[in-house]
Amino acid sequence: MKYFKKDIIPPTPNSRWSHIWTGFIGDKLATLSLAIFVFYCFVAIFAPLLAPYNINNPNFMDLANAEIAPRWISGDSRFLLGTDAQGRDMLSVILYGTRLSLTIGVCAVLIQATLGICIGLISGYLGGRTDNFLMRAADIQLSFSTMMVAIVFLAIFQALFGMAMYQQLAMLMLILVIGLAEWPLFARTIRASVLAEKQKEYVDAARIMGISPKRIMFKHILPNTLTPVLVIFTVQISNAIVAEAALSFLGLGMPANDPSLGALISVGFSYMFSGSWWICVIPSVTLIILILVMNMLGDWLRDHLNPRTYKD
Amino acid sequence: MNLLSVSNLHVNFHLKGQDLAALIDVSFTLNRGERIAIVGESGAGKSILGFSIVNLVDKPGYIKSGSIKLQNKEITTMSLPQLQEVRGKRIAMIFQDPMMTLNPVLTIGVQLVEAIRSHTRISFKDAKNIAIEKLHSVQIASPEKRFNQYPHELSGGMRQRVIIATVLLLNPDIIIADEPTTALDVTIQAEIIQLLLDICRNNSMALLLISHDLGVVSRVAERTIVMYAGRVVEEGPTLEIINDPQHPYTQGLLNALPQMALPGQRLNQIQGSMPPLNERPSGCAFHPRCPYATDQCRQQQPSFIHSGVSTVACFMVEDMINDAHLDDDEESR
Amino acid sequence: MPTPLIQISHLEKSFTTNKSWFGQWQIDRGKIRRKKDSVHALNGVNLTINQGETLCVVGETGCGKSTLARVLMGLTPASSGEVHYQDQRIDHLNDRQRMLFRRRMQMVFQNPYASLNPRMTVYQTLSEPISFHNPQLSASQVDEKIHALLESVGISPSSMDNYPNEFSGGQRQRISLARALSVEPDFIIADEPLSALDVSVQAQVLNLMMDKQEERNLTYLFITHDLAVVEHFATRVAVMYLGRVCELASTSTLFSAPKHPYTKALLSAIPRLDNNTTQPIRLMGEVPTQMDKPIGCVFQARCPYANPRCYKESPEMIRQPDNSTVACHAVDEGRL
Repeated sequence: MKYFKKDIIPPTPNSRWSHIWTGFIGDKLATLSLAIFVFYCFVAIFAPLLAPYNINNPNFMDLANAEIAPRWISGDSRFLLGTDAQGRDMLSVILYGTRLSLTIGVCAVLIQATLGICIGLISGYLGGRTDNFLMRAADIQLSFSTMMVAIVFLAIFQALFGMAMYQQLAMLMLILVIGLAEWPLFARTIRASVLAEKQKEYVDAARIMGISPKRIMFKHILPNTLTPVLVIFTVQISNAIVAEAALSFLGLGMPANDPSLGALISVGFSYMFSGSWWICVIPSVTLIILILVMNMLGDWLRDHLNPRTYKD
Repeated sequence: MNLLSVSNLHVNFHLKGQDLAALIDVSFTLNRGERIAIVGESGAGKSILGFSIVNLVDKPGYIKSGSIKLQNKEITTMSLPQLQEVRGKRIAMIFQDPMMTLNPVLTIGVQLVEAIRSHTRISFKDAKNIAIEKLHSVQIASPEKRFNQYPHELSGGMRQRVIIATVLLLNPDIIIADEPTTALDVTIQAEIIQLLLDICRNNSMALLLISHDLGVVSRVAERTIVMYAGRVVEEGPTLEIINDPQHPYTQGLLNALPQMALPGQRLNQIQGSMPPLNERPSGCAFHPRCPYATDQCRQQQPSFIHSGVSTVACFMVEDMINDAHLDDDEESR
Repeated sequence: MPTPLIQISHLEKSFTTNKSWFGQWQIDRGKIRRKKDSVHALNGVNLTINQGETLCVVGETGCGKSTLARVLMGLTPASSGEVHYQDQRIDHLNDRQRMLFRRRMQMVFQNPYASLNPRMTVYQTLSEPISFHNPQLSASQVDEKIHALLESVGISPSSMDNYPNEFSGGQRQRISLARALSVEPDFIIADEPLSALDVSVQAQVLNLMMDKQEERNLTYLFITHDLAVVEHFATRVAVMYLGRVCELASTSTLFSAPKHPYTKALLSAIPRLDNNTTQPIRLMGEVPTQMDKPIGCVFQARCPYANPRCYKESPEMIRQPDNSTVACHAVDEGRL
């Protein structure tokens, strides 16, 4: 059986944000995930202040201090998490790496979202040939795997402009490649919501008023389609971070002197079996926790914002 | 003897830490072959009442207290197998949307045959014959053809007929019809109503019609129960309720109908609207909209009194009756 | 003599049902052909809406009454036919040319839960059209206007910063009406504005609409399936069946002397409080689909009076002695 929920009790006049917030407080796992995520963001933003050493300082690398184990093993009070093969303080490197990984992830997804939302809106609202064309383009884009596109693109760039140029522009290139590769996900989701919203009478009402299509799309329809975007947004950030880590691991990512978490893992991997396990394991754990937390947040949002349970 | 008796039924909803009363102190009885209508606007609790009778109140709702007896057997405390027996064979439900009951991926024939064969062990062929006969008895043209069609290939009216055919198969004692014609066009509505009436009369089934349409109710029901904000406010013979409503809400509801005003004149509207569950006022729930409300109405809940053949919960009616008694007393002196 | 405000002539509208270009190619007797399947929602509608009147369009699901509203408002283009507003033809205008008429024609929708943008406050909902069509107004003037509007439809202006979900269905319908009135139109189409509302609230909204009509000399095209409302509210009634108008008469004439067999069946089917003894006229079968343009009268399949002529020849609207117009061969031939 089913009741119409509105028959029993009118929906509470909460905004989307307060609805999400009250849900969060009730769920321990979600609260924990959010707390860890906020902690990561905090660390990323204030990395230069928090890190015990400045990684841009030329003295930072000191081979005399190479491969010192973490403090609880070696007892060396200078390096909490030990040092890597170049004698860099692991804690400082990880803090900066987290900052880089998150920046790349968020910026790449912002590009995806901007592109995807615009294309999805236009496609869904205008329909017809435009829709057909844009959605086929999305299909083509999706049929290439992100990694393949990224590898090919980055490898060509490296070959054309040389390693030095690449290292300078690595971050920008990674953001662009990951950002451009996965817009169809956003576009499809937005388009589906737009198609549903377009049927509603408030859109007709706006058209009858003579409001321009652009304004109807962005002012009337877009705010009503953002709920699913929020879910993909969180999940996509973690995907982007993983993609960046994978590319770095393959040597197509961030250079070793400006490492992201993925680059750290990649570098540390060769010391895995030589006894210096911490060089690889600690950044890996950092990355895994970050990804896990993002995915849990995404899952939670998806369950909680499910249109069947959340109506306004 | 009463077939179904509901007494002092309270149904609550547990929402957001609040315990909200959806049905408050609802009592009525239904006799064999009787047709009762429950009338009210959305939010009055009439659908919840329908579901409660077969103990189908979903979380967050629950039956707080009261009893529902089907021939002296208590439904509220039944075990699940017993309940399923009641739901299938004794009490059938018809909803506004037939697709709630029909399975969209099976042909209506398969669904009917399954319903027959779950109760009696007969061959597919025999079951098919019975099914086609029942489809015929609900006035479906060319039932052989419809037998092999899927629900989506049928019109709304036709689907509702199929539902009535499945109800007929089980031959229940009571049909609960929750707004069965609201989604249908007038011409189809008239046919379905007529069909329901015929079926109840011919098989001496009792009908509990849940509706907001007083026109439909007047055509079908012998007795009418008017509900407002989770309570019964008036109960009586349908003709009496329509021709001489006692409760101000019933009066307002009838007077608001367009046919009660002269063409082109303003309608007699009731101010405001039904309060939602979490904003029900104190005292008589109708007092904020009632033109006759007094301080007593704002503070106390009126109890039921007999007024002629109807029962009404209203202080104004109570006072009028008391006054009439006083007058009688004075006259007799 | 009433002045016509809107004239609709030979209006047709069909929708292609197999939209995709690939889906339109079919093998037909060994040859591959492109074939568009279409639904005929409007089949040559002729109507005149007079200034200051309430013309009610009645009909069952799928008779094309909502499509008529959408075509009039320019939400969907007509397939053929013409619509004139006073002297100007408006059906072929593009968005910019139509802007002039946007202020004069407005619409109120059926579903109060979908017709207001859930993410815009009442203030935003009303201020958008007001400042869009009156860019010369200052912010305080717009405010003033919104206050006056809300008060005039019985919504407290103090609640104008609330979102639609904080209002009941009846209140939302009032806000919808306020939005339509915000550009000061002459003509309002109301597409089943009452069907989602409770009886007591229906009366409130209907009263409000009548008040506004009197105040502002509005013309209404009122689309509904509820004949009780029609009887009370309409000046004239057009009965539609499968994309055609089959009877057009003044309200009193239609209800006292219906002529078309469909109108008769429709009227007999209204559940009334009084007079429950009359049995409704039973129509044969169900409403057919509009897939194929029927030859002859659209009502032929369900009509108890159909004769061979009805299957061949489509009936024209013919004026009757009592000034109603009916499209029916049986009435024309005096068989009915």
